[in-house]
Order: sequence, then structure tokens, then C-alpha cells
Amino acid sequence: MQFEDEPLVPGDPLPIRPGHSSFGRFERVLRAGGFAVTAEIAPPDSANPAEVYERAALFDGYVDAMNATDGSGANCHMSSVGMCSLLCRRGYAMVMQVSARDRNRIAIQGDVLGAAAMGVASFLCLTGDGVDVGDHPQAKPVFDLDCMSMLSMIRRMRDESRFLSGRKLTEPPRVFIGAAANPFAPPLDYRPLRLAKKAAAGAQFVQTQYCFDIDAFGRYMAAVRDAGTHEKVFILAGAGPLASARSAEWIRSNVPGIHIPDAVIRRLKGAQNQQREGVNICIDMIHRIREIEGVRGVHIMAYRQEHRVAEIVERSGVLDGRRPWQPSVDWNSAAWDQGHAKAPGTPAGQPMDKAS
Amino acid sequence: MGGVSATHSAKERAVRHRMRRWSVRNARGLKKLYSAIEQILVWCHPLLRRIGFARLDKPFMKVESLTKGFLLDSQNCGQCIVGFTGLSCPMNCPKKMRNGPCGGVRPDGNCEVKPEMPCVWVLAWEGNQRLREEEIPLQVVQPPVDHQLIGRSAWLREVRILVEGDNRAV
Repeated sequence: MQFEDEPLVPGDPLPIRPGHSSFGRFERVLRAGGFAVTAEIAPPDSANPAEVYERAALFDGYVDAMNATDGSGANCHMSSVGMCSLLCRRGYAMVMQVSARDRNRIAIQGDVLGAAAMGVASFLCLTGDGVDVGDHPQAKPVFDLDCMSMLSMIRRMRDESRFLSGRKLTEPPRVFIGAAANPFAPPLDYRPLRLAKKAAAGAQFVQTQYCFDIDAFGRYMAAVRDAGTHEKVFILAGAGPLASARSAEWIRSNVPGIHIPDAVIRRLKGAQNQQREGVNICIDMIHRIREIEGVRGVHIMAYRQEHRVAEIVERSGVLDGRRPWQPSVDWNSAAWDQGHAKAPGTPAGQPMDKAS
Repeated sequence: MGGVSATHSAKERAVRHRMRRWSVRNARGLKKLYSAIEQILVWCHPLLRRIGFARLDKPFMKVESLTKGFLLDSQNCGQCIVGFTGLSCPMNCPKKMRNGPCGGVRPDGNCEVKPEMPCVWVLAWEGNQRLREEEIPLQVVQPPVDHQLIGRSAWLREVRILVEGDNRAV
């Protein structure tokens, strides 16, 4: 989706529309009523920006925003602030994940200001996995904040223009704030209330854990609708392809918080090509998720299967013919380099294709 | 002092976990007791002030860590919120969450990080239901921990906030 007021220079902030809190494209898509598609982008174990751009290009034209993970599974990778800074400057809409596990309130508030200055318009506040499950179990778990206090802290920075300490900001971060939700972990009957609490603390959107159990998700959403929470927060349901029955079983017993029903594993086991079946299951999930009232988008987590996201989005028809923003410049071409060098601040060749 | 540390034997940990369960099952009674203690301390405020809050901090702390340590496995954060958490001490959560459960709770209701421990928030939810209050106390958004208060008396602080209205009282 290309907006008519797209900045000439990709990466410059869009004008903030009335009633919007951020300068980002992601919030616009949701508020315009579109069924949004986001995807998780895995940061590389590398200092090479080219690897970041390659990973992002896989999603070009298929997603409305990308989530840059922050040490997911307590494993060390390139930082989410680094990922987002690189990609925002090319015009991509980024959701910066911030985990409370590794940084205290001083560091997180500094990162929010820095990232917003670099063009990050959306933040996802997470408590984070424990360090024990990652590759540095010796690390100090910080957990100075939890996701809830982080939400209200960032909201305060934005709406009151103040740090948690009360000290004034000269310019607040114009950001869209989100959280995660897991409808499938105990205590199950508290989960819808927990979502309401996150909305009350400042969450404007939530992205859920994988919804392999659509029936359970439907029950959760019914409780969410009863409380009217779906009108206070945009809910994006998590989906993703499983690579095989074996990997599904491994995930189920080793990754905290992921619930995969036996029926899904049986379907994978019975398939000739399990990887293809994993994609088919994901597409079926998306179809069923779309039918649930109150769901405003889908969040695709395809770890190590990122190259299948385009196919999943295409075949599921989830975009309804809508084409999300994508860079209109071939960044690797010599023309870009020359044009950019000649006229700094304006993109080479023609401006953004407004018709697309 | 309360608290489950690596130095405690598995048997001792199990006893502490059983005690935590007992406390949330009796959350209603314990919360009443808590309010009664609070009321008595509020009456005693002039006396406490005359003796001096700084001087009282250590003896109060002793009493608190003995009683709350025994009943709740309290970690002495100095800013007790168990009235909001169904009498389940949130500082026993390995992620130090003070606003509800993370997404990693195991299907059996045990902790993601410590598989042998019942999730602090599964217990908190049980305690909350037993409180049978109209407004669910767990829904109140709690601010982050003030690390300057750790190891100090939560009761004295509470009394000073109630009487003096200073929420920065230490």
C-alpha cells in the first residue's frame, strides 16, 4: 500500500494523521481497516548490513511491517535497534522488539529515543525468554521492567513527554506501541484479562504466539470480544509453517509457550512432503484466523523458512489484492549509487511510483 | 530470610512451594489479617514516628521476613504488592514479573525457567479468585521495582504512604 503522502526520501517519516500516534506506515494500514500482514525477520550473526538487506528483500511487497527480534530465545544476534535503523532508512516499516531481559530502564528509554530518531515507528514490548534457554546461560538476567511496566513507560514518554523519572523530553517519540500475547498458556481463563491489562497499560496492537489450535484461539477471542478488548487494541494472530512432524514435536517440548495440537502433528506425519504440508497447514490457519471476528491481521513467524513467506501470503490471498509498500529503487544498482551521489537527499531515477 | 535459592535442598523447596500454595488457598483470610496489621500500624503511626522510622526499619524487617518469609516465601523487596497478587509473592518469579504471567508457563502450570516450581502467576490467579473482590486486584498495573527499597520494611513504608500520603516515603 503506497500512501499519497509518501516522503520523497524513503525512510523519512510520514506525516502523522489525526488520531494517529506514530509517523509509521504500519499504524496507518491498521487504522485504514486493512487486514495487516507482519513477518518476523531474524537478525544475522554478523556485522554485515548486506545480510540484513537480503533478509528483508525476501518479504518485499508481501508484508506491511517486519518485526526485528531482540535476542529471541535468549540467543545473541544483531540488535533489534541496529536492524531497524538499517531498514528504516530504506523506507521499510519496522516493529522493534524490546526485551526486558537484557536492558534496564535507563538503556531501554535511551534506545526508544534513539530508535525513534532513526525512524522506528512501532515498538513491541516483551518480557523476554529466560537466559537459561539461550546460548549464554551464564548471563545476568536483568528484568528491571516487565512488559507491562515497559508499555506504560513508553506511553508516558510519548504522551507526557517525560522519562520514567519525570524528567522532561524536548521531543517525545511518536510511536505505536504493542505487546505480545499467548492465549494458550496457563492460567487460560486469565489470558483474555491479561490482554485487557496490556491494552490498559498502553498496548495499541498485539501479536500473538502461534495459533495452531484455532478452536482454543476462537474461545479466547470470544472472551476478548465479550470484554470489548478487540476494540481497544489491534490483534494480529501468529501463524507460521512447521518444517516437519519431527521439528514440530521438538518445538512443542523445547520451546516455551508454543502449543501444537496432536491433530497438526498427525497431519504432518501423514503427508508425503511434510515441508509442503507445513505450508498448507499455515495457509489453512490463516484462512480460519481471518474468519474470527476481532482479528485485524496476521503475524507470520517462519524462522529458517523465511523464503516461504511470500508464497504463504500469495496463496492465502490474505492481502485481498492489496500490495504493501516495497522499495521502488534497486538499491544494488550502480544508477542508485551515482544518482544518490549527485543529488543527496533525493532518490535516483523517478520518485516513488504512486500508482502501485 | 525467605527465598528459594540453589543452596536449598529439593525437599526444602517442595515444602516452601507447598506453603505458597497454602497461602493462596487462604488468600481471603490472609488479606484480612494483612489489612488488620496495617490498620493497627496506622493507629500506631504517631508512636512509630516518635521512635523514628529509620531506627525501626531493622526490627520490622526481622518480623516481616520471618512471617512473610514463612507464609509467602517473601523475597523482601520492600514494596509488597501481595494484596494485588492473591498472596503470591511475585518476586519468586525468575523474570521478576509484577504484572502477570509470561507466555512461557508450562501446560502443567509450572514455571518455564524452574520446571519444578508452580508458576507464581498461576498461583496468583488462584488467589485472586479466592479473594472474590469485585475489581480484580491483578488488573492494577504495577510500576517497576524500586531497587532502592529492596531489603527495607514494606510495612513501615505502607503506613507512611497511608498516613503521610507520600508515595516516595522510604
